[in-house]
Amino acid sequence: MAEVVALRPGPLAVGPIGRRGLGWWGVGTLVATEAALFGYLLFCYFYTGATAPPGWLLEPRPVLKLALPNTILLLASSVVAWYGERGVLTHRPAQALIGFGGAFLMACLFAAVQVLEWYAKPFRLGTSSYGSLYFVTTGFHMAHVLVGIAVLAGIFIWTALDYFSPRRNLSVSAGVLYWHFVDVVWLFIFTSFYISPYLGFGQ
Amino acid sequence: MNRGDDRVPALGTASPGLEHRLYELWEGEGGLQGFLSTVDHKKIGLRYIVTAFIFLLLGGIEALIMRLQLAAPDLKLIGPEQYDQLFSTHGMTMIFLYAGPILSGFSNYLWPLLLGTRDMAFPRVNALSYWIYLASGIFLYVGFLSGNGPNDGWFNYVPYANRDYNPGMSEDFYSLGMVLLGTSTTVGAANFIVTAMRTRAPGMSINRAPILLWGTLTANVANLLVVPAVSLAFFLLWMDRQFGTHFFDVHAGGQPLLWQHLFWIFGHPWVYAIVLPSMAFVSDGLPVFCRRTLVGYPLVALSTVATMILGFGVWVHHMFATGLPALGMSFFSAASIAIVVPSAVAVFSWLATIWNGRPVVTTAFLFFASTILLFVIGGVSGFMTASVPVDWQLTDTYFVVAHLHYVLIGINVFPVVGAVYFWFPKMTGRLLDERLGRWNFWLMFIGFNVCFLPMHLTGLFGMPRRVYTYGPEMGWTTLNLITSVGAFIFAIGVVLLVVNVLKSRRVGALAGPNPWDAHTLEWSIPSPPPPYNFAVIPAVATRHPLWEGYLDEEVRSSLDRGLLLDKAKESLGTTPLDALPDMILRMPEDTSAPFVLTLGLGALFAGLILKSWLLMICGLIILTAALLVWLWPRRELREREAAHG
Repeated sequence: MAEVVALRPGPLAVGPIGRRGLGWWGVGTLVATEAALFGYLLFCYFYTGATAPPGWLLEPRPVLKLALPNTILLLASSVVAWYGERGVLTHRPAQALIGFGGAFLMACLFAAVQVLEWYAKPFRLGTSSYGSLYFVTTGFHMAHVLVGIAVLAGIFIWTALDYFSPRRNLSVSAGVLYWHFVDVVWLFIFTSFYISPYLGFGQ
Repeated sequence: MNRGDDRVPALGTASPGLEHRLYELWEGEGGLQGFLSTVDHKKIGLRYIVTAFIFLLLGGIEALIMRLQLAAPDLKLIGPEQYDQLFSTHGMTMIFLYAGPILSGFSNYLWPLLLGTRDMAFPRVNALSYWIYLASGIFLYVGFLSGNGPNDGWFNYVPYANRDYNPGMSEDFYSLGMVLLGTSTTVGAANFIVTAMRTRAPGMSINRAPILLWGTLTANVANLLVVPAVSLAFFLLWMDRQFGTHFFDVHAGGQPLLWQHLFWIFGHPWVYAIVLPSMAFVSDGLPVFCRRTLVGYPLVALSTVATMILGFGVWVHHMFATGLPALGMSFFSAASIAIVVPSAVAVFSWLATIWNGRPVVTTAFLFFASTILLFVIGGVSGFMTASVPVDWQLTDTYFVVAHLHYVLIGINVFPVVGAVYFWFPKMTGRLLDERLGRWNFWLMFIGFNVCFLPMHLTGLFGMPRRVYTYGPEMGWTTLNLITSVGAFIFAIGVVLLVVNVLKSRRVGALAGPNPWDAHTLEWSIPSPPPPYNFAVIPAVATRHPLWEGYLDEEVRSSLDRGLLLDKAKESLGTTPLDALPDMILRMPEDTSAPFVLTLGLGALFAGLILKSWLLMICGLIILTAALLVWLWPRRELREREAAHG
């Protein structure tokens, strides 16, 4: 006689516990598709640059005066957001609020400096394909920073409302993951547009 | 750590009481409110199928008008500009609004039933992806019906599509519509991936999942990674046209070939995305009618994935005639030829399944089996164009048109119609008429081949694609007439399918749960399935849970006894590879947030095309509000601590 499989599960969590929930996977797929989008933007930059005639770079030595400190600010905001997440996981609400509030302010400051950086550029969106690539790529990133600011504000408010615990915090982990993504992807954009000309690309 | 609400889920068997409790939990509201807010994968799946089928009919009518125009030389039924819009809209409709969404529809409907679960991983995202699909279809067709349909072919090459050469709104409708549609495809892809990895019934390890899981999962992993390429391409084109950027403008350092790269980086994987799930219909359906299991399941599953991996590296074969370096072309040519291997694995597996089985010839069997022949013909002509010198001879001729229709009709439409015959009884509880089905099949099969087989010759004799007419002295007259006659025979076949569906859903023979004596989980539940799908979550022991007695398996699946999960709207989350029980999922109630979000998105895109700030801002406000309601952490979904806040 054939044997029928026996299923005897132990105690199972109901709903998402920590990062163990479908929502975490959902944000993972979001990050994957967004990463692909920025990958294609950088492909446009390198492909156009590699096939363009000499003189394509409108700023052969990109000015780092604002961009470099701003990059460091953005990366630091990721650390601060992580500090806030630790606060939720270890049940320290004050630490969580400092982390998310701090990251929120740093993100706003990054966006403001980036606007100044745009005005400081000697070229505009319609100057040439280089100008278009620079402003559309950094513009796409800026759109993601604005979404990230809204996300950080959301998890700040929800934390202030005492929604989360060391067990139930998927919204926090998902939001902070998204913010890490926004910061990491900037590193690639910064390297491509600001550093690669110093390494000889497009010269 | 507080583990207070962890629970050992109760085991039990189905009973009227249990079914009543589950019905109360899972059945949505009726009426308009219920229609707009449902998150039931079965309702959404059927909507996808019906909507995609309407687009198939629209695209078909466009094709028939073109075939009338080309039936004889120098006809003046339509002019060149109308012809341009017709062939471009036909391509857009068939490839983007029919071929992808119809497969999403089937997988949406079938996956939770095949996988032994109660809904998709993200039911609200599922509703969202349908509503955005519908919105983008309407958006694109508003363009077409207002005389602004796309007119540079479905792949829309620059510089034709640049504003200097193409003023008017055609390309703006196409660009924005495609960005909108890309959103739908992407969120749908995310949903399929997570559903596949986390919601399979306990015991359905990845090597026991139906091939449809492999096909649709592979297709959607690809979609997730390549749809951004085409959305970006269309967005950049729109920027070039409306905001004076220079991405594709060679006078200002732009690169027209960039369009082709971005388009085909998406376009070729998309070709596999719209055939791998339908090939899976054959892999799962054919064995049922051959009364044996699929020959070489592991090889078919792995070759599905291999096809897609190779498929990422073949896009340049659409660009052989653009003057790229020979070394680059050799690489892409080799990759395109190599893709024959995994494709042939599927073909030989199907042949061996028929050869070793005892075929029961039904209409569904005929559609599935004919796919094999059409796939081989379309595959061989594709193999020919993978070779660079042959491609140089054949590119932009009707040979390519014949090839792509053998692939897209042969491996998408034929298996899809087979799937309609196969799964219609599950969806409606009634069988389609077999006698009408035979007429349906033979008219489609003969019409299709009469239409497209001679077209290879038309191409070899040098007739270029996309011309609205030709002279009598060219020697293409007879071939074109035969093709047009075939197109109409094919169309009559499609009409018979519509007739059969409309008739049989009212008066067809009652199907019962398992009319084909098939072997996968969806056939273990009533037809049509109740809103909760499975009264108890089954535990799976083999690839063919309903044939275990017949195959004399040593270990049997447990279909009647399983997890009850009747305390709330709940389903089971399992581990990605082994499908061991991992967590209890709280499933969301019906909500109109996805519909409202789509309204906001629709207003935003309408604002973009009409350049109305008011509409754009309204759209953004509605969209943000809908997202806020949607994402606000809820106690009933256990997104926030019950005792807090």
